Formats: sequence, structure tokens, C-alpha cells
Amino acid sequence: MKFRYAKLLLLVALAFSLLVSLFAGRINSYVLFVLYYIGINIILAVSLNLINGYTGQFSLGHAGFMAVGAYTAAVITNRFGDLNPFAAGTLFLGALLAGGLLAAVTGLLVGLPTLRLRGDYLAIVTLGFGEIIRVIFQNMNAVGAARGLSVVHGYTNFFWTFGAAAVTIYVVTALVHSTYGRGFIAVRDDEVAAEAMGINTTKYKVTAFVVGAFFAGLAGGLYAHSIQFLTPSGFNFMQSIAIVVMVILGGMGNTPGVVLAAIVLTLLPEGLRWLAGVPSLPGIPRAYPFAWVGNTRMVIYSLLLIVLMLTRPQGLFTWKRKTPFPA
Amino acid sequence: MNHESEKPLLRAEQLTIRFGGLTAVSGLDLQIGRNELVGLIGPNGAGKTTVFNLITGVYQPTEGGIFFDGQSITGSKAYRITARGIARTFQNIRLFSSLTVFDNVRTAFHLHLRGDVRHALWRGRSFWAEEESIGAQVLELLEIFHLGKFRSAPARSLSYGDQRRLEIVRALAARPKLLLLDEPAAGMNPNEKTELMRLIRFIKGKFQISVLLVEHDMQVVMGICERISVLDYGVKIAEGTPEEVRKNPKVIEAYLGEEHLPVKND
Repeated sequence: MKFRYAKLLLLVALAFSLLVSLFAGRINSYVLFVLYYIGINIILAVSLNLINGYTGQFSLGHAGFMAVGAYTAAVITNRFGDLNPFAAGTLFLGALLAGGLLAAVTGLLVGLPTLRLRGDYLAIVTLGFGEIIRVIFQNMNAVGAARGLSVVHGYTNFFWTFGAAAVTIYVVTALVHSTYGRGFIAVRDDEVAAEAMGINTTKYKVTAFVVGAFFAGLAGGLYAHSIQFLTPSGFNFMQSIAIVVMVILGGMGNTPGVVLAAIVLTLLPEGLRWLAGVPSLPGIPRAYPFAWVGNTRMVIYSLLLIVLMLTRPQGLFTWKRKTPFPA
Repeated sequence: MNHESEKPLLRAEQLTIRFGGLTAVSGLDLQIGRNELVGLIGPNGAGKTTVFNLITGVYQPTEGGIFFDGQSITGSKAYRITARGIARTFQNIRLFSSLTVFDNVRTAFHLHLRGDVRHALWRGRSFWAEEESIGAQVLELLEIFHLGKFRSAPARSLSYGDQRRLEIVRALAARPKLLLLDEPAAGMNPNEKTELMRLIRFIKGKFQISVLLVEHDMQVVMGICERISVLDYGVKIAEGTPEEVRKNPKVIEAYLGEEHLPVKND
């Protein structure tokens, strides 16, 4: 794919999400919320894929950036009462962007001093940083500290979620599919050689961190205005790990795969929950034959991950291709 | 005669680097003229690759200075030095293994990009025009070196000799004035070596650039270099034409040991 019609595709995606959001009233609200989480997880996974997958910088701090965006956007919209739909939309867009920008600034602050580190050292430092952010929110009385912060407005809808997801996919793909963007992959493949080819590796790494953090912040804002209640523990390191798992499962540096992984991993726990609730099956005398799934849901989820990693270490959705990164 | 063209392209003065107590390169003076092919030889551990790393900014010299095209590049970052016109290959091939042959070369064009992130994001007319022109130039380079047919193959799938050649093509794509080749003949059979010598001469003629060659293989070095510097334990022990160097007793001693020197009457 030449990625020629990318802008057109983006517009189509935006129009489609607008259209769906107009008919959102007809969709079951549980389904709608699952859809929101799919969209939010797509944003998180695709943006982390720019850092971890394409640029090869192992970051475990994505939940931290998400928290910055979530709290920033929530604090902004909480200052306003009920507004007409247009004003609310503008406010929400502004709040999302503010959250994203603040997260990006945080990404820059974290990125500059730490990007000299490589591999597992960087992972540990970003992990520590994510925890620091969480602890800061946990002790910040202005945002409710450990009691949590309730978000007044449930502004998140299908349009914002999937519009933002489409923009994220567009930006990451457009960045990587250009002569400029090949630099990200060059940095991942061989930093010394990249530097010798005239690539400012530090700049590329910081760019990846800043762009990734921006979209994580955006996703945080969307998350805040859908769940409408923020607790610092929601942004702990398990959340970062969950995003990393999506990237690894989808295949590092494979955006379509990562999108699929985000969808599958959001649906999987929900699917198991549904399975546990099946009242009866023909041929099985017991009622709720899969009730055990309910209690062991997370165990099954973890086991599936182990099996997947053992059988498809290159990523579940990475197929053998003639060209790993077509132009 | 143009005065500028008589000045050496690269001049290293009293280049010294110490790693803790070890002086890897000591007081090295080195000059490379325009369109000149210079060899840097020496026994294992003599500091040849360290000199490369000093020139390309991978290491910073402890003492001394490096001047390229009349300006100091001492202490510059590696990517800046490449932008100034020094490109290199590596002793152990360092290609971008997951990228295609085409993309490996395309990455080096990064230096000549007029557009930046905004162009890549907006993907307007000028972006596509530039991408197309780069693509054409990459293909042209690949065709010159008979690598065109591999353009969509991942770089790691190439044979060893082709990978070496691809690394040279990638370095050339940065449009250097000086090309540094670090042991290009390593692991090559005699046929490939002959081919390599032909290739290096061809590059020098076609692109009108200077070449600094680090090499173990005497056949290659003596065969193509116009001037040779010999390093031993980080010190330059000899310099001159291949003929002069071949006869130099210090060089023979460094390579073969003292007892191989012609007997002297004292």
C-alpha cells in the first residue's frame, strides 16, 4: 500500500464515526461502553507502538501519560456546568487537546534525560516515572487524592473516541511511511548505524516519546469522560503492562496488528464474562455450565497470553511478508 | 591552480585517545587529499577502527583535533559529521536488518530532505514529489551496484558479499566527500576481493570522492591505495606509497617480528 489515499481514508473514518455517533442512542449502552474502551485502547496501543514497536524504546510508562491527560481534561471540564452541545463539543475538544499537550510536555521532560538509557534500563526508568505520576495524583488533594475524582460530564461518545483513534492511526502511519519516518525504524534496528547515516537519534527518540505521550494523554481524557470517575490506582503499572501486551501481541511495529490486538484484548475479558453468564447449554445438564469462567477469568486471560507468546512470538497478527514495511 | 583544492580534505592533528590507562591512539597525524585513496593498515589491535571512530564522532579525542574541509569537526556529534560529508561502513556489517534494501538506502537520504515531519503528516504534493525523486535516486544507486533486483527484500536476507556492497551503497547515498571503509574485504573470497577492488576504484572515479580504507588484506591495500599509513600500538610508524611501505623495516617488524628483518651488519 502506497498510503496515498491516507487523508481520504481519515476523512471517511471521521465521517463514519460521526454517523455512528448520531445513531448511538439505538445501541445498547453496555455495548457502547465496550466500544469506547476498544477505541481508547486502540489509541493507547497504536501510540505506544510508535515508541516501543517502531522506535524500539521499551517504555513502561504509558499509563502515566494517560493519567496526566485524564486528570487535566477532567479538571478543565469540571469547571463548567451544562452547556449546549456545540459549546460542550468545543470545550471537550479543548480539554482533550490540553490533556494531550500536557502529557506530551511530560513525555518531553521524561524523554530528554532518560533516552540515553537503552532496553531494560529505559523500561525500569519509565516504569518508575509512571509510578511517580500515579503517586503524585494520589497525594494531590485538588484532584481528590486517593479518594478519586468524579468527572461531571460524560462527554465521550463514539465520534470522539473513534475520531481520535483514526487520527492516531493516521499520524503514526503517516510518520513512519516516509523517508523522514524510516528514521524511527533505523534507530530501532541499529542506533550506531543510524547515527552514522546522519540521523539525530536523540531527536527521533524524543519525537516518538512526545507524540506517543500526546495520544496517551488524549486517550486519558476520553477515558475520564466515559468512566466519569478517576482513581490514581486505575493508572498503575498493570495498566501500562496491559498496553504493552497489546503492542507485543499485535506485533511490534505492525499498526494493523496492534489495532486488532487492542480490539481482541478488550473483548476477551468481556467475552469470558458473557460466557460465564450463559444459563444453559443443550446436552449439559448443569445450569450455568461456564460459571467457573467467571472466577477464573483473569487466569484464563493470562494463560491465553502465555500460550500466544509461546506459539507466536513475532506477534499474533504479524504475517510473513515479502517486505516488512512497504512504502 | 585552485588554492582550495590543494588543501587536504581531512586533516587529523596529534590525535590521541585514552581509555583509562590505555592509550589506543597516540599523536596521530593523518591527511587525506581530495579524490585520494588512502589505506590505514596495522596489526590487530593497532587502533585502526578507533581512528575511524574518532573521525566519525563515535569517540571524542582526548587530545588533538580533526579538520574536515577546512573546518574543525573535533567533538562534533556523529550525525553532524555525516551531514558534513563523511560516511562510513562498519567492520561487522550494520545494516538496518528489518528494513528492505530500498529502505536501507532511502534512510541515508534523510540528510537531503527538504521536508520534515509536517510534510510527512500533511502528505501534500511537495511531499510526494520529494518521495518520488528520492525513490528514483535510490533505485539508480542500487542499479549501479547491481542490487536493484533485491530492492524489496529485507536487508538481512542478502548474501554476505551483497550486504557489504549494500552498506557501501547506503554510505554513498549520504553523498559523502570522504568515504571510510572499515575492512570491506573481511570474509571475502579471492574473487570477491578482486571485485571489491574494482568496485572501490569505480566509486572513487564515478563519485569523485576520497576514500580511507582500513584493511587487513595486503593484496587489496597494496593493490588500490595511493598512499598508506601504518599504525602499530596506536602510533603511526610509517607512511608512503605502497612500495615504500612494503620495504619499510619498521612495518616488517610490526607485522612479522624482528627476526624477519634483513640482517644488518653492525
